[in-house]
Amino acid sequence: MSSVALFVVVLLYLALLFLVAHLAEKRKSKRWINNPYIYALSLAVYCTAWTYYGSIGVAATSGLNYLPIYIGPIMIIPAWIYINTRIVRISRINKISSLADFISLRYGNSRSFSAIITIVCLLAIVPYIGLQIKAISETFHLVTETSMSNNILTDNATFVVVLIALFSSYYGTRYVDASEKRLGIISAIALESFLKLFFIIILGVFVIYFVFDGFSDIYEKASKFEDFKEKNTFNGIEGAMNWMVLCMISATAICILPRQFHTAIIENRQEKHIKTAIWFFPLYLLIFTIFIFPIAWGGRLIFDGENVNPEFYSILIPQHFDNTLITVFVFLGGLSSCISMIIISAITLSIMLSNNLIIPYGLLGKFKSDNEVQNTRNITNIRKFSIFALIIMAFVFYKYFILKTSLDSVGLISFVVIAQLAPSFFGAIFWRRGSYKGAVAGLLAGLAICYFGLIIPQYYFSYNQEFKGVIREMYDAFAFFNIPFLSRISQIFFWSIFVNSALFAIISVSVKGNYRERNFAELYVDIDKHIQNHENAFIWRGTAYVSDIRNILERFLGRNKTEQALRIFNLKYNIDSQTETADSRFIKFSENLLAGRIGTASAKILIEGVTKEDKISLKEVLNILEESKENITLNKKLTEQSEELQKLSDDLRTANQNLIIKDRQKDDFLDSVAHELRTPITAIRSAGEILADDDDIPFDIKQEFLNNIITESDRLSEIINDILYLDKLEHGEIALHIKENNILETYKKALNPLLHLIQQKNIHLSEVNLLNHAVLEYDEARMIQLFQNILGNALKFTDDQGTIQTKLSEKEDHLVITVFNTGRHIPEEDLDMIFDKFYQSKNQNILKPTGSGLGLAISKKIVQAHSGRIKAENSGLGVTFTISIPYNITKEIRNEVEQNQ
Amino acid sequence: MRKIIIADDEHKILMSLEYSFKKNGYDVYIARDGTEVLDFLKTMTPDVILLDIMMPNLDGYSTLEAIKKDIRLKDTKVIFLSAKNNPKDIEKGLEMGADAYVTKPYSIKKLQQQIEEMFE
Repeated sequence: MSSVALFVVVLLYLALLFLVAHLAEKRKSKRWINNPYIYALSLAVYCTAWTYYGSIGVAATSGLNYLPIYIGPIMIIPAWIYINTRIVRISRINKISSLADFISLRYGNSRSFSAIITIVCLLAIVPYIGLQIKAISETFHLVTETSMSNNILTDNATFVVVLIALFSSYYGTRYVDASEKRLGIISAIALESFLKLFFIIILGVFVIYFVFDGFSDIYEKASKFEDFKEKNTFNGIEGAMNWMVLCMISATAICILPRQFHTAIIENRQEKHIKTAIWFFPLYLLIFTIFIFPIAWGGRLIFDGENVNPEFYSILIPQHFDNTLITVFVFLGGLSSCISMIIISAITLSIMLSNNLIIPYGLLGKFKSDNEVQNTRNITNIRKFSIFALIIMAFVFYKYFILKTSLDSVGLISFVVIAQLAPSFFGAIFWRRGSYKGAVAGLLAGLAICYFGLIIPQYYFSYNQEFKGVIREMYDAFAFFNIPFLSRISQIFFWSIFVNSALFAIISVSVKGNYRERNFAELYVDIDKHIQNHENAFIWRGTAYVSDIRNILERFLGRNKTEQALRIFNLKYNIDSQTETADSRFIKFSENLLAGRIGTASAKILIEGVTKEDKISLKEVLNILEESKENITLNKKLTEQSEELQKLSDDLRTANQNLIIKDRQKDDFLDSVAHELRTPITAIRSAGEILADDDDIPFDIKQEFLNNIITESDRLSEIINDILYLDKLEHGEIALHIKENNILETYKKALNPLLHLIQQKNIHLSEVNLLNHAVLEYDEARMIQLFQNILGNALKFTDDQGTIQTKLSEKEDHLVITVFNTGRHIPEEDLDMIFDKFYQSKNQNILKPTGSGLGLAISKKIVQAHSGRIKAENSGLGVTFTISIPYNITKEIRNEVEQNQ
Repeated sequence: MRKIIIADDEHKILMSLEYSFKKNGYDVYIARDGTEVLDFLKTMTPDVILLDIMMPNLDGYSTLEAIKKDIRLKDTKVIFLSAKNNPKDIEKGLEMGADAYVTKPYSIKKLQQQIEEMFE
């Protein structure tokens, strides 16, 4: 393929990235912002050229060592839900915008520490960026089958790099606040992650099924290589040890690499997205890994004996088969890996470079200008310059230091160097005692070991052979540190991390830390406690004026935003806007506002410039923190108490409402009683009045009126008896006479007086007896009354020629009586209430109830006295009453009754 | 001869009222519920209607509502006869347009006097 054609493809590809970034920035719809998959895919910025090309080379030449860079992350990612959730919270409340900010803030917000961390990151990552440029350049020449040019201006890679630098500086510096989310960039990165996986799958399928005859074909042919077995086993305990160390290196890297910290922490929009990432990202890596083996061994089979770089098998294979499309796809996949790494690394490093080196050490004075626009422009320009400078530095590095080295070795060295931040990084979130001095000493010592052990031999010797002899002697002097069974990289990783961690731990426990680092230690380690009111947990004492701090804020945020921020602060803490002196909360709040723009260290320096801070001893800090903890506990207790009170008040309200309902029920009851009594009284009174006043009344009519008086008097006395009886039942004043009785006989006794009425209405009566033992224990008189009430009720509501069916059965030691009638259904909402005294259904107030309205209430009381339950259900054609009475409980009741008697 | 409809679902109460009003020269019509009252009203215009409130099928209130809509019945006197003696119920009955609200138990003699006064 010609250079021009491929260059056009690259231009189109970059245009696509611009378009995606542009659309994402422009349409900040919920679909983009709340998308956990964009977040999870952006984490795959981890897979760089080293992963894409390098691991194939490793698989072909060193065997299983290609796996640790995938296995390490897969091992540690499940812990992210704990680790990263905490870091995301810490970063959010402290407006942290970079790895350097995160670590240095914890150790007292030291300017020097953040500068050292920035330098470590630069040293580790710049060669790594150079590595990406190298990959772009080499693959470009491979695809176009042109030779490398030493002239920068004629090297196509130069132009590609310039374009990437333009893209990064444009979209990477859109926001002056570095802690802002860069949706455009992240969406473009997510797309690239998708594409690189997609292209490697295409290549994998091509190699497995088109070049070879399936996976087993490759395996069978490759296994004939003499070194196949050696390459695909751990080679005993020594090989396994190396392998494990490599896993540890990559597990550390996935947490600490600046680009990973940026995508995982700074660009995290919602904590719940981490939950998606912890399964999605390992899955992504697993799919990636599946294709490495067939491509690597397929490549070896195809190019056996030829002098080609196995790292580029992925391009050489499709090219070998003249498949330009797949060749270009693979090239674009590699380009995606490189570009996303370069962009995110350049942005994160530029933020660190500007916020932790350039601004605090050189340009802080320049921001004295009162012009917010000018200051903002300066900050963005510094970042733009930093991005360009970094990419140029990486380019130079590539041209002069790593031309001859493999992708794999440069990548691993970067990982080992960056791993030096691990003790202070993990110490920050897990160890309160970890101190600034310990962290710096450990880091510097670890770094020194990496330099002597890895970087100098790797880069310097390959560049300048002359000093080799002089320094060699020095290396020989340290030969006793060699661990024979570990590879060079594993050895240096072991020693550097060992010394680093040991110094960190020993110094931290033996030297007293500064009050500020201890303050932040509490904030970091106990983040969940402080997340709501983190400003309260910040300890500061001294003299400061709101107006001075406001002036500084205005310089960076502008007047409107500053006013807005202060309003929010005053509202949050209920502070009068006229307050002149600033307290610790305001200091922390202001530092946070500035931190996103100029970094935490510079923010602290600027605020310190207008405040006079009193010294606080570590002891005092610990006391205040203790008090604050007590306050938190006290607050918690108060909250609990208030919740209890609330619950109590709710209970009271419910009780009051119940009382009101009861009161109304009582009124309704009395109303109903009065009404029930008045009807027969009216009949009696009217008849009596006529009999008294009218002497000419015919005999038969007179007789009828007298009969009316008698029957209505009976009705009256029946109602009065029922009321009194129910009252006694309710108050437990009627003793049960529980004896063994035959339930069938009892039923007959109850039924007999009703038979003529049933016959009158032509009602079909049926009985079903499913009892094994008819002799049971109960109070017969009550049971007769119960049957009569239920049957009487059924009789009342069953139409002429309807049906009443009684079923007696046993169920789990219960006597179950069901009485079904074909009467009209009871309204559903009344089913539970029909057992209430004078139950008032919706219409009962105006539609006259039949009977006294006490029968069912009495029935319920009788059933309850036998420890049973009664319910009514609408079923099919009518209504079913179900009564269930336990056998054993009746015995207990009998015992109780006997004892009482 | 004055025509009177007496509506109540209590047979024994109806019996006394029917006897007394007939004796006093009324033309008496007996209804067991509101629907029977409305049936009578299709073919006649009574002078007085005695209405119980709690009746099956159609209660006293609804019956009165229907009566009030019929312009032919504007001179007909409607009297509630009810065992509901709650002031709220009485107020409601009168507000709905009943000419009187008599609570049970009542004196038939006094009831008749009350009716006579209505026509004077």
